[in-house]
Amino acid sequence: MSAPAPDFVATGSIGRLKRVRSSQRMRNVELILILVASAINVASLVLVQWAVLDTIDAGPLAICGLLAVLVLSIHVAMRFVAPQADALILPIATVLNGLGIAEIYRIDLALGNEGWDSLANKQIAWTALALGSALATIIVIKHQRILQRYTYVAGLLAVLLIALPMVPGLGISINGARVWIQLGTLTFQPGEIAKIALAVFFAGYLVQRRESLSMVGRTFLGMRFPRGRDLGPIIVVWALSMAVIVFQRDLGTGLLFFGLFLVMLYVATGRGSWVALGLSLVGVGAVIANQTLDYVNGRFANWYDAFNDANFSADGGSYQLVQGLFGLAHGGVIGTGLGEGMPEVTPVSQSDYIIASLGEELGLAGIFAILCLYLLLVGRGLRIGFAGHDDFSKLLAVGLSFTIALQCFIVIGGVMRVIPLTGLTTPFLAAGGSSLVANWIIAALLLRLSDSIRSEPRLVVG
Amino acid sequence: MNRELKRVTMVVIGMFVVLFLAASTIQVFTADQLYADSRNTRTIFDSYRYKRGSILVAGAPIAESVPVDDNYRYQRTYPNPATYANVTGYFTLNQGMTGIEGTLNSYLSGKTGSQFLNQLNAILTGQEPQGASVALTLDPVMQQAAFDALGDYEGAVLVTEPSTGKILVMASKPSYDPNLLAAHNADEVISTYDALISDPLKPLINKAIAGDMNPPGSVFKLVMVAAALESGKYTPESTFANPSEFQLPGTDVFIQNSTFTTCGYGATVTLATALRLSCNIPFAELGLELGRKAILDQAKKFGFNTSFDVPMTAAASEFPVVMNDPQTALASFGQYDVRATPLQIAMVSAAIANGGKVMYPTVLDQILEPTLKPISQFEAKEFSQAISPETSATITQMMINNVDNSNLITNVRIEGVKVAGKTGTAQNGDGEPYTFWFTGFAPAEAPRYAIAVVIENGGGLGQNGYTNDIAVPIARKVLEAGLNK
Repeated sequence: MSAPAPDFVATGSIGRLKRVRSSQRMRNVELILILVASAINVASLVLVQWAVLDTIDAGPLAICGLLAVLVLSIHVAMRFVAPQADALILPIATVLNGLGIAEIYRIDLALGNEGWDSLANKQIAWTALALGSALATIIVIKHQRILQRYTYVAGLLAVLLIALPMVPGLGISINGARVWIQLGTLTFQPGEIAKIALAVFFAGYLVQRRESLSMVGRTFLGMRFPRGRDLGPIIVVWALSMAVIVFQRDLGTGLLFFGLFLVMLYVATGRGSWVALGLSLVGVGAVIANQTLDYVNGRFANWYDAFNDANFSADGGSYQLVQGLFGLAHGGVIGTGLGEGMPEVTPVSQSDYIIASLGEELGLAGIFAILCLYLLLVGRGLRIGFAGHDDFSKLLAVGLSFTIALQCFIVIGGVMRVIPLTGLTTPFLAAGGSSLVANWIIAALLLRLSDSIRSEPRLVVG
Repeated sequence: MNRELKRVTMVVIGMFVVLFLAASTIQVFTADQLYADSRNTRTIFDSYRYKRGSILVAGAPIAESVPVDDNYRYQRTYPNPATYANVTGYFTLNQGMTGIEGTLNSYLSGKTGSQFLNQLNAILTGQEPQGASVALTLDPVMQQAAFDALGDYEGAVLVTEPSTGKILVMASKPSYDPNLLAAHNADEVISTYDALISDPLKPLINKAIAGDMNPPGSVFKLVMVAAALESGKYTPESTFANPSEFQLPGTDVFIQNSTFTTCGYGATVTLATALRLSCNIPFAELGLELGRKAILDQAKKFGFNTSFDVPMTAAASEFPVVMNDPQTALASFGQYDVRATPLQIAMVSAAIANGGKVMYPTVLDQILEPTLKPISQFEAKEFSQAISPETSATITQMMINNVDNSNLITNVRIEGVKVAGKTGTAQNGDGEPYTFWFTGFAPAEAPRYAIAVVIENGGGLGQNGYTNDIAVPIARKVLEAGLNK
């Protein structure tokens, strides 16, 4: 009590710091947000049932209630294993997942899909599995350093996963793209999981080699190129991902892998010239693919001349793209209301075109809300990247959050005719199990990264 | 590394900004255009899902949507189908829409910008969004009288209110049943449609305002008299040489009056007599004296060569812009390439009845919100001042004289009411059936109705029929129906 003033100042500022970073407080915020997200999800289902069935069917509501319990169990687990983790990631993923289920369910009702034909039922089952995977991820991976140890294993895993659909008897083609494998009655897209493995591999490898990559090498045409042995493994993985485009006929996944590769390489080395080189390679590749690969050429034609009657009525033409645009326009600013639109008119309205379906029923307002949620989610991930103390954490956080952003851009931009349409799923929203599992694992990894970074003894912003 | 991260963050924000812009473009700026695309099946389904507005005549629906128990939820029905088919048009699942159904579709389906807030309000208050109703200016008694009077003829009747331009009758025969085209069975609709479209009598054509237009024949002489009087060089007592044959200048073609003799007795004939007896030769002489340009200018002031949205688009009646003298002479009595709709001919009479003012014609009275609040109200619009009030008074007297003192138009005389009128018997070529016309207005001293009647295909009598027996009685029945109300 004799000289309290200096002490008071010191403890005061640290106290405030502690309060801001108090894990208790953060988890409580998360809990409230999860409850809000679950309420939105249940409300969406109720609105759909009201509009389409005119009654309330308790069954689907109860099942989604169980999913909320699963999310809450992740939340509870985090109070023990990741108390400092970001408070927004889990609620955002929850509300996106729930909106997706509501819209898929709504289209099922319109199409008369029931039982195991119902994509909503499958989506709910997959969500349970995805939430389980996320829970397991956050419990098993106690620190991201564990992942760094398995850099090369991750690279190999990525290659194997990408190659899996090419195995005769295992892989199947859907709509011309050979990116699925069949396990019993379930289909799975291993490429979705591969993007996580790729991010881990790129992060681990680039951390090891970033010094030599950016410092050592020869200058050619005014640009410094790294040594072959530094770049070799990366080129191999990159070439493999490009093979996806050519042999598995999946433009979207190929673009996603390549974008991931470029961004991580850029963040690790700071070489803008390589990005320019990479982008020009994409340009050259696009021109060549447009001329040599029929399916790529078709995509381009459907894009720049979508409303041409010849493209519109052609087999595999712009019909679905234009129907998606009609749907979005039908929604206008405020949308038709859940269950009140006609999203089922558009082909694959539950998977590739889920954003058009939601845009029709929730309008521009809904689209903006969804895009803001994605932006917030990606923003939280990039923030983790800024705050990370070690290069591996930074790179992994950037890689994972950028895949979400790029995937959104490729698929939503495709549906909205910003770029040619490629088959990819909208993270968390679209019907598709592998994508759900992969994105929930990404969410879990981001949670893990944010917790490790904050709990380490260093004062950082955020 | 944070510098690169910042840049990546900017790229990510940029990507989302592009998506925000794209969504805004599609859902706001080009939404109407996408919604109007003929391939947009949502537009068609929409038009069935919401209660489409009614089309009303004197408060009673002539087209309405009633709830049914199928996927389309509403069935479009037409309570008096044939009488109004040419006005309502049809509303089909897969063959588009015509008439008021087509022209005012955005109002009827509730999709115009001005209805947005009301629709929003309906959604928020839990009501079913509805389209606006359209009230027409038609007079149901006169419309029915016209439809019945047309009987089995191929033809049309159009009546306007001279002082406002309101269309009171728009009847066309043969007609069809739009209920059959509103069926919810696509194949049924297609077969009905195919049968109607291949029918040689063209029941889907609204002959009152469009179709294969007819030469106006002698009713065009009203335009000639107007041009003559407006020039200031002629009066009803001006005289013309009165031969029994007239050689078209520079040709070896001779024209004759319909009587094949002179126009009354005497070496000359007055303009008034030439109009009353409907002689061709004096008008050919008048046309050559006035010249093509003066006639064209007068015809245009009456509305020729202009397409009117009533609100369905009416075909523009035609007065040729380029003609030599012999052609001008023929056009002077409504032949050669002059073509007119009953709407146009009624507008000529209406202008004479209305002190020379041509009112813009329309069948649209009001557009009403589901709450019956008007979105748009009828407002009389002037199209032109075709002739001076003095000229109109003079022509009115000449037209009264036509009815009272000529044996050509006896069948439109109405007890106690003065009627102004003019007939026409237009030729369609050698051996082709005539087209019969009547136009006029009543009561002549305080005109309420201006009428045009056209009967095509010689009324079924080839070249043996008479206008006074075929077209004129129809006009009397329609006018009486209005005057006796």
